[in-house]
Amino acid sequence: MTQTDQSRGAALRVLELDGIVKTFPGVKALDGVNLSLRAGEVTALVGENGAGKSTIVKILTGIYQPDGGEILLDGASIRFPDADAAARAGVTAIHQETVLFEELTVAENIFIGHAPRGRFGMIDWAAMRKRATEILRSIGAEIDAEVKLADLGIASRHLVAIARALSVDARVVIMDEPTAALSHKEIEELFALVDMLKSQGKAILFISHKFDEIFRLADRYTVFRDGQFVGEGKIGDVTHDDLVKMMVGRAVDQVFPKRSPVIGAPVLTVAGYSHPTEFEDINFTLRSGEILGFYGLVGAGRSEFMQSLIGITKPSKGVVRIDDRVRVIRSPAAAIDEGIVYVPEDRGKQGAITQLPIFQNVTLPSLGKTSRHGFTRMAEEFALARTYCERLDLRAASLDTTVGSLSGGNQQKVVIAKWLATQPRVIILDEPTKGIDIGSKAAVHDFMAELAGAGLAVIMVSSEIPEILGMSDRVIVMREGRIVAELEGDEMSPEVLVRHAAGIEEQLEAAQ
Amino acid sequence: MTLRTIPREVILGLVIIALCGVIAARFPNFVRPSNLLSVATDTAPLIMLALGQFAVIVTRCIDLSVAANLALTGMICALLNVAMPGFPMGLMLPLALVVGAGLGAINGVLVWKVGIPPIVVTLGTMTVFRGIIFLLSGGSWVNAHEMSASFTQFPRIPVLGIELLAWIAVIAVLGVYLLVTRTALGRAFYAVGGNPHAAVYTGIDVGRTQFLAFVLSGALAGMTGYLWVARYAVAYVEIANGFELDVVAACVIGGVAIAGGAGSVGGVVLGALFLGVIKNALPVVNISPFWQLAISGTAIIIAVALNARSNRPKGRIILKKAEHSHEPV
Repeated sequence: MTQTDQSRGAALRVLELDGIVKTFPGVKALDGVNLSLRAGEVTALVGENGAGKSTIVKILTGIYQPDGGEILLDGASIRFPDADAAARAGVTAIHQETVLFEELTVAENIFIGHAPRGRFGMIDWAAMRKRATEILRSIGAEIDAEVKLADLGIASRHLVAIARALSVDARVVIMDEPTAALSHKEIEELFALVDMLKSQGKAILFISHKFDEIFRLADRYTVFRDGQFVGEGKIGDVTHDDLVKMMVGRAVDQVFPKRSPVIGAPVLTVAGYSHPTEFEDINFTLRSGEILGFYGLVGAGRSEFMQSLIGITKPSKGVVRIDDRVRVIRSPAAAIDEGIVYVPEDRGKQGAITQLPIFQNVTLPSLGKTSRHGFTRMAEEFALARTYCERLDLRAASLDTTVGSLSGGNQQKVVIAKWLATQPRVIILDEPTKGIDIGSKAAVHDFMAELAGAGLAVIMVSSEIPEILGMSDRVIVMREGRIVAELEGDEMSPEVLVRHAAGIEEQLEAAQ
Repeated sequence: MTLRTIPREVILGLVIIALCGVIAARFPNFVRPSNLLSVATDTAPLIMLALGQFAVIVTRCIDLSVAANLALTGMICALLNVAMPGFPMGLMLPLALVVGAGLGAINGVLVWKVGIPPIVVTLGTMTVFRGIIFLLSGGSWVNAHEMSASFTQFPRIPVLGIELLAWIAVIAVLGVYLLVTRTALGRAFYAVGGNPHAAVYTGIDVGRTQFLAFVLSGALAGMTGYLWVARYAVAYVEIANGFELDVVAACVIGGVAIAGGAGSVGGVVLGALFLGVIKNALPVVNISPFWQLAISGTAIIIAVALNARSNRPKGRIILKKAEHSHEPV
């Protein structure tokens, strides 16, 4: 240990979280986690999707209140009842998508909420502009404080967000996936800025999925897994593999249905599917009776590809074959006709029509079947809805009940019943168990197994490794809009998935 | 049974009956069947326009051009009658329907294909339609003596003792009822307004559905335009000026959710009848018609407040859910 290392180890702990617990109905998002941020150091928070990273950011910035545990500022217990309290304590966050105001100027964005006041409590515009310009110059940003934010690119907006953080004399700066939307050059500039903030003695919490960034920037790491604290330490003491193991290594407490898949003929073949901005050159074949997992980090382009497959967005290139015949799918209605249905991720927003009764939700894409001479027939609608609701064991007083009055789990069943009623051949489930409790998860998994057993071809998009490994017959890993790996059998392991999704594998190949 | 669980249509029906009762206490003649029938007949144009507006609002749009559409189509019919007095009356109604539907289609296309917000589109076309009436008529009136007798008499033809105008409204009510409750398009209206994102995934073309709602609204407004001009035997630029507000009011009072996705034909008809009763009762009880504006305004606010109350518990659940859906788990 050198002298500097020792002094660093003793570096002032600015903000500490001790045993933080946060529970949402049915889900323990954080279960006694610890985190300490030190002055002049970058701490990387590492964890899979769902590890609790975003929740911790919301607790640190006063948006959520912890149900247990303690927040310590300079060793003294403190509470952040609202976002303002956190800001006054010097905690500021730069989010994945910066939360700024498009129609306001740069200076206004930097000082909103704490603008310098002049006489009679009016905003002192001249002082505001002057200080904004000073701050921008201090971080080497050549941005005019007078332009509207809407006129700036994403990188410049990040700089404005950082300037805003500095304007409140922040002591703790949280950067949540700050590089997600930046180019290579912009990332380098951001790194220089992080180094500068460090030298000014700020405590920085850096959240990223990208290992190269973590190892480039961080002094320390903290790993969360499934809402639990796994470990922390100096970044110099660990390797890529150590971190990956900490992220994914877990006691297998979830039981997945045992299947003996009977995989049949190819149903869907996708060749060279590309989109100008979202994904490129997607190729795969899906067979009946198969569950094909799509794994990747958030933003890898999986959902975007699926939406293109069902005709919501147009691909720029590529061919879809169904039963070996080329098909052009121009709209979701055409996809339904071809037997491809998509159960979207955000079921609250994209799933049920909550004002309509259960039976009308179920029959919505199948009205052709229940109508005669252009008029719907209620008896047939009820019969169709009853068939599929019973299959899903949906409990409701009556099929006439509006969906809005059902529980979340039952609403989800309505959405799935709706799609099954179209008698699809390919069903795409996007994050099918996101945000539901363990019991409901098991029910969804059993049901997926049943669908595949009945000969449906199932695509499951999931960011949860246990689910991907537990359910899929085959896994495709996407990263930055491309397929980077297709794994089968013994190749499917948590480490391999994470390495491909985070781009570690590619780095190694490039290095060799 | 709490106030919240009683269907809104029942409450509104009781309010209308109570209102008639209050008026009848001092002016028994008001509730004579013949008078009530004439109130209903007077309200027929409002009912027909409100039916179209209902479809539009359910799809999360609004059509402020209905009254201007009515006036323009009415003027076109009047001018046609002046130019060709022999034009068969049997064709006049379908013609008005088609002209009105065409005007509605203009709104619909601008919303669907150009992507302009409905309130802006219809505010614009409202003015444009009035301008076109001026261009067509040169600003002058088409008076009763210029119109043929068969033209002006058409809406008043009695069938089973009731004016044809009222029968046409009854047919419109039944037609729209069938459309919204029994066809795929009607279901699409509710789906698009209730949750446009989900509707897209379900294979519904949101823009096309809204377009068709505008066409329906336009068709009903156009048809009413002819009946209006014929019944009052006069056509000029400012006919039915401001009537679009009554139309929207009838929908809102009838329980159509201004945010889309909810409402019923029965509610709309009762909402229109409520306004019709007030409009017809005020002169009887000797209150200035200007009070009508204040009363219908108050009724709108009460109706919206009632809507907000009945939706509130549901809203809370949705908010909670939205919060969860952002939750990483």
